Amino acid sequence: MITAEQKPLKEIIEYISPYDRILLVGCNECVTVCAAGGRKEVGLLASALNLNCLKQGRTIDIKEITLERQCDPEYVEELVSEIDRADAILSMACGCGVQTIAERYKEKPVFPAVNTKFMGASVSQGIWAERCQGCGDCLLGITGGICPVARCSKHLLNGPCGGTSNGMCEIDPDVDCAWRLIWERLKALGMEKRYEEIMEAKDWRPAGGGGPRKIVREDLSL
Amino acid sequence: MKTESRLEKILASGNLAVTSECGPPRGALPEKVKEKASLLKDHVDAVNVTDNQTAMVRMSSWAAGVIIKQMGMDPILQMVTRDRNRLAMQSDIIGAYSLGINTMLCLSGDHPKFGDHPMAKGVFDLDSVQLVQMVKKMRDEGKFQGGADIQNPPKMFVGAAANPFADPFELRVMRLAKKIKAGADFIQTQCIYNLDKFEKYMKMVCDRGLDKQVYILAGITPMKSAGMARYMKNKVPGMDVPDEIIKRLAGVSKEEQPEEGIKIAVESIQRLKEVNGVHGFHIMAIEWEEKVPQIVEKTGLFPRPVI
Repeated sequence: MITAEQKPLKEIIEYISPYDRILLVGCNECVTVCAAGGRKEVGLLASALNLNCLKQGRTIDIKEITLERQCDPEYVEELVSEIDRADAILSMACGCGVQTIAERYKEKPVFPAVNTKFMGASVSQGIWAERCQGCGDCLLGITGGICPVARCSKHLLNGPCGGTSNGMCEIDPDVDCAWRLIWERLKALGMEKRYEEIMEAKDWRPAGGGGPRKIVREDLSL
Repeated sequence: MKTESRLEKILASGNLAVTSECGPPRGALPEKVKEKASLLKDHVDAVNVTDNQTAMVRMSSWAAGVIIKQMGMDPILQMVTRDRNRLAMQSDIIGAYSLGINTMLCLSGDHPKFGDHPMAKGVFDLDSVQLVQMVKKMRDEGKFQGGADIQNPPKMFVGAAANPFADPFELRVMRLAKKIKAGADFIQTQCIYNLDKFEKYMKMVCDRGLDKQVYILAGITPMKSAGMARYMKNKVPGMDVPDEIIKRLAGVSKEEQPEEGIKIAVESIQRLKEVNGVHGFHIMAIEWEEKVPQIVEKTGLFPRPVI
């Protein structure tokens, strides 16, 4: 999923300070799962903003709404009935959601309330870690199910650098060396020989090097 | 002979090669390059010129290399994949070759985190294995990485690094094999302090016949003090400094520690000369270049052969 973290309150307050009526929009998808921008966080942020305004001796009108999926125009359409009563929109979705709103409601300013972080998986309760960089040409089938693009600090495709220490990455003793993980996995699967096959220079076009990416599925388009 | 490289000629002649290192200055100071290089002049076959080592900005490797070349010495152009994509690397290789540089060392480079621009984006378009492949392809096929023909292709003698001490140990020989398969002509190793472990590594290298496919130069860095040895042990990733080395340095007075460090380096070279598959030495005296000549002399590697 896409992970996110709420921005510092100060930054959010600066964004919305010129406005009196705010439409605060959460999303039921990824940001709900990583507890950054779901219904619950929408409520908490609204309270925090109200409280802050009270302290400053002013009031704001915050309308809370959480959409099923903010990156989908179909659900973003649901804001139509609320949009006229708002001076600005504050989105708690990932950058995809913010942009879907901006594209639909061109006359209203929209501000992000979260920083979109990475595509990651839940490691344990309250911890998410990066697992995929969307390189567009998945290598997991030849690297034992562990991604060197996302998990090696240098995106090395042909093995560990000389900086591995006790199986951990040189940049941080809490970060696993991706190539140590790959090697252990290849060994466990009896695929050690695969390691000596040279992985050729990667074509980064599918990873975004070819410009903004798009998927067109004619079988699904209207 | 694949190239005009003096290092290649020395190695092919069966002599033990000696290389050393010169870190370019952090400023437009060509005199500094000359100063450092002149300390090494008659005692080494070629001088590595580092490429923004430890991710700190320095005079570019090829520019400092050209200064060294103009002194009648042979630079080894170090190139890291951290700072440039494949276009920039290939243009620098052509440029360096056009200015008389014919030997290079291909590295991935320290992570930007360790340098003075930790906020910089590491490029890593290629890794070190792919860089070796690219330089070989430029030389042997006369083609750019993208496939187009090169007019007058650069003929580089291609080196790569090996760290026999990083984890996982069992992967280290396989990784060397991979660099050889990619096209490495010579290898310079990480600094060796754990000689037993290095000998074990070299045994595995020879068992696979890899010593017949590549020239291996053993990395030697003299310790200036017990403090430096502790720092290398604890702070430098992928470094193996046995406690005996630290004890030995700490066992003499502070004033005598540099000399003890040189002694250890000399003894290491004497022992490693006898190790199968070792074709020479890469003496990295960090900010201590003036000590290289006496190490070379004390180990019987002087005078350098004239080729």
